[in-house]
Amino acid sequence: MSRTAERNPEVRELLERKYRHGFVTDIESDTLPPGLDEDVIRVISARKDEPEFLLDWRLRAYRYWREAREPSWAKLNIPPIDYQSISYYSAPGPAKDAPKSLDEVDPRLLETYDKLGIPLHERARLAGVAVDAVFDSVSVATTFKSRLAEAGVIFCPFSEAVREHPDLVRKYLGSVVPYRDNYFAALNSAVFTDGSFVYIPKNTKCPMELSTYFRINEQNTGQFERTLIIADEGSEVSYLEGCTAPMRDENQLHAAVVELVALKDARIKYSTVQNWYPGDEEGRGGIYNFVTKRGDCRGDNSAISWTQVEAGSAITWKYPSCILRGDNSTGEFYSVAVTNNFQQADTGTKMIHIGRNTSSNILSKGISAGKAQNTYRGLVKVFPRAEGARNFTQCDSLLIGHDCGAHTFPHMDIAHPQAVVEHEATTSRISEDQLFYCRQRGLDEEDAVNLIVNGFCKQVFNMLPMEFAVEAQALMNVSLEGAIG
Amino acid sequence: MSAPLLDIRGLRVSVENKEILSGLSLEVRAGEVHAIMGPNGAGKSTLAQTLAGRDGYEVTGGGVLLDGEDLLGMNPEERACKGLFLGFQYPVEIPGVSNMYLLRSAVNAQRRAAGKEEINAAAFLKQARAEAARLKLKPELLKRGVNEGFSGGEKKRNEILQLAVLKPRLAVLDETDSGLDIDALKVVASGIRALRNGRRAFVLITHYERILNLVSPDRVHVLAGGSIARSGGAELVSELEASGYEPFLREAA
Ligand SMILES: Nc1ncnc2c1ncn2[C@@H]1O[C@H](COP(=O)(O)OP(=O)(O)OP(=O)(O)O)[C@@H](O)[C@H]1O
Ligand SMILES: [Mg+2]
Repeated sequence: MSRTAERNPEVRELLERKYRHGFVTDIESDTLPPGLDEDVIRVISARKDEPEFLLDWRLRAYRYWREAREPSWAKLNIPPIDYQSISYYSAPGPAKDAPKSLDEVDPRLLETYDKLGIPLHERARLAGVAVDAVFDSVSVATTFKSRLAEAGVIFCPFSEAVREHPDLVRKYLGSVVPYRDNYFAALNSAVFTDGSFVYIPKNTKCPMELSTYFRINEQNTGQFERTLIIADEGSEVSYLEGCTAPMRDENQLHAAVVELVALKDARIKYSTVQNWYPGDEEGRGGIYNFVTKRGDCRGDNSAISWTQVEAGSAITWKYPSCILRGDNSTGEFYSVAVTNNFQQADTGTKMIHIGRNTSSNILSKGISAGKAQNTYRGLVKVFPRAEGARNFTQCDSLLIGHDCGAHTFPHMDIAHPQAVVEHEATTSRISEDQLFYCRQRGLDEEDAVNLIVNGFCKQVFNMLPMEFAVEAQALMNVSLEGAIG
Repeated sequence: MSAPLLDIRGLRVSVENKEILSGLSLEVRAGEVHAIMGPNGAGKSTLAQTLAGRDGYEVTGGGVLLDGEDLLGMNPEERACKGLFLGFQYPVEIPGVSNMYLLRSAVNAQRRAAGKEEINAAAFLKQARAEAARLKLKPELLKRGVNEGFSGGEKKRNEILQLAVLKPRLAVLDETDSGLDIDALKVVASGIRALRNGRRAFVLITHYERILNLVSPDRVHVLAGGSIARSGGAELVSELEASGYEPFLREAA
C-alpha cells in the first residue's frame, strides 16, 4: 500500500470500508428451525396459501433432489454443505402479517434499504425505478404497482403472482428450467419462498425499468428465490437485479432460479449486479451463489440479453443461458466477473441454437486478484436444423498479482456444417507500464488499478443501464481493495 | 542566485545489479531549458525513470532535491503531484480508458494533493479541447482509449497535451521529438515554447539538433560513461554534430 493512500483520509475510509453492506438488521423474524423434509415443504406452501398444483410440484422436485447429487464438474472447491443445518424459511415480522403497503413495512427494514441505497419510496419515483425488494425469503414492498398496472404490466412478488395469476404461473413455471435441470434448481423448486414475477402484455414496452434487490439478513438461512419473467408477443422489458448480504463467518447458501420467456418479437434485457458478501481476506464466510438462469427465446425474432457484474460471493456457480428456439432469435451474454482474496467463480453461458438464423454474442471479462480462481465456462451448441446460426465469443482475463488463476473452457458442439462460430480469448496481467504511467500522472496505485480495470470492463459496463453502470464501477473499486501492494 | 528547482548530486543508479549512472550531478533552475544528449544506452532514460520513481531503478548513492524537497523519498504519484512530469519515450496504451478520463483523473488527483477542489467537468473539457486544437491533435483522439491505436507521432503529441494541461514545475521529456514529422516537430516545439516561463523548467532528452534549434536550450549536457561528461551552451550541439560521441566515450573509459 502506498504511503499517500494511507495518509489520504478519503482513501483510508475507502480502505476501511471493506464490505459496505455488511450490517445486520435487528428485527423479529418468523424463521423455521433448520432442516429439510416433506413437512417443511408443506409448511412453506401452507404459509403462502399455495394451490395444490404448486405443492405437488415442490414435492416432486424435493423427491428428485433427495436422490440427486451435487454437480462436481465445475473448477470449484466447494466444502461439504449440510443441507439439514439450513433454515428454509425466514420472514421479517411475525407470521401471517405480510405488509400490504410501504406504510406497513417495518421502518427498520426501510432503513436497511436506505443504507443499501435502494430507491424505495419517493426516491424510487424520482429515479423512475420500480423496485421489488426481497428480504431473506419474503418480498417486502413493490413500488409503482399502479403505474405499471395502467400499462397492463404485472410486477409483483412471486407469492402474490401464485395467488393472483395462478394460470400464468402454472403455464410458465419450470418451463425454462425444469426442476430436474440440476441439483440446485431442484432444491430451489422444492423450497423457494419468494422472488419476483413479471408479465409484459402483447405489444407493450414496459414503461420503466423493473428492479429487484435481494438481501440475506438472517443467520443460517438460505435464500432460494425464484424469478419468472414473461414477455408476450411484441413486448419489451429491461430488468435489473441487485444483491447484498451481511458479513458473517459462516457460509450461506443462495440457490436462485431465474426463468425468462420471450415470445414472438419480444425482447428481454436482464442486468445483474451481484455483490453478495465474498468472505473475508482469509476466506472465512461468504455466500455460495449457485444460481440457474436461463432465457427461452420461444418465439421468432425474439431477443434475450444477459448482462452481469459478478463481484461478490465466496463461490459463484452461474451460467445465464439462452435457448434460441425461435427463428431469427438472438442471445447475448455480457459478463464481468471479479474475484479477489479466496473467492472462486465458475461462470459463463450456454447458447443453444435451435431455430434458423439465430445468432449469439458472448463477451466475458474475468478479473482475478489475490488468491482467487476465476473460470469462464461456455457452451455454444448448434442443432442440425439451425441453418444460418452464428456465434461470436470473446473471453478476456486479467490477472492482478501472481497467486491467482484464470481459466477458460469454451465448449462447442456444432451440428450444422455452415454455422459460423468464432472464438477469441486473451489473458493478460495488469502491466507495470500502465500502472507507472498512471502514477506518473498523479494517480495513486489504487486509483490506477481501478482505472485500468474499469477500462478492461468498459464494453460490458456500456451494456448496463446508466445507474447500474455507475454502481458497477464503484463496486469494482471496492472489490479490488488491497489487490495490489 | 536562487536555489535550483532540480538538484541532482552524485546520483548512482543500478538496474539489475548493473551500475548505469555512477555519480551524476546536475542543477536546473526555474525558467531554464536543459538538453541532455548522449549515445544510445548511456543512461538518459534511466535518469528520467529514476527521477520519476520507477521500480527497478535502484538508487545506490547520491540524492535529488526537487524544489528543496527530497525527491527520492517520494512515491511516483507524490513526485507527480509535486510537479514532476515525465514525457515517456514509449507512451503505453491503456485500452478502454478514455484519454480525457485519464487526464481529468490526473488533474483531479493533483488538485486534491494540493488541497484544491476537483475541476468542473465542463471547464476541464473546454480547456483540454483548446489545448488539443493548439497541438493539432485530432479531437477524436481525446475520446479514444489512452494511446490506443495512436500513431507514433500522435502518442508524442498526446504527451505534450498532458504536459500542457497538467502544467508541471519540471518537465522531463524523453525523446519526445523522436519519430515526429517536420510539422509535428514544429507544433511540439511551439508547445514547449508556449509553456516556458520563469517558474517552470524543462529537461529535454534528445538525439537531434532540430528540436534544439527550435527551442534554444540554456544548457546542453552530454551524458556518457554514467555521468555528465560535458556541459556547455547551445554551441555544444553543433560541436557534437561534427565530432559525434567518440571523444566522450574515450574520456569516460
Ligand atoms: N529495465 C532494464 N533492464 C535491464 N537493463 C536495462 C533496463 N533499463 C535500462 N537498462 C540498460 O541500461 C542502460 C541504459 O539504458 P537507457 O535506456 O537509460 O539508455 P538511453 O541513454 O536512454 O538510450 P537511448 O538513447 O537508446 O534511448 C542500457 O544498457 C540498457 O540496456
Ligand atoms: Mg532512452
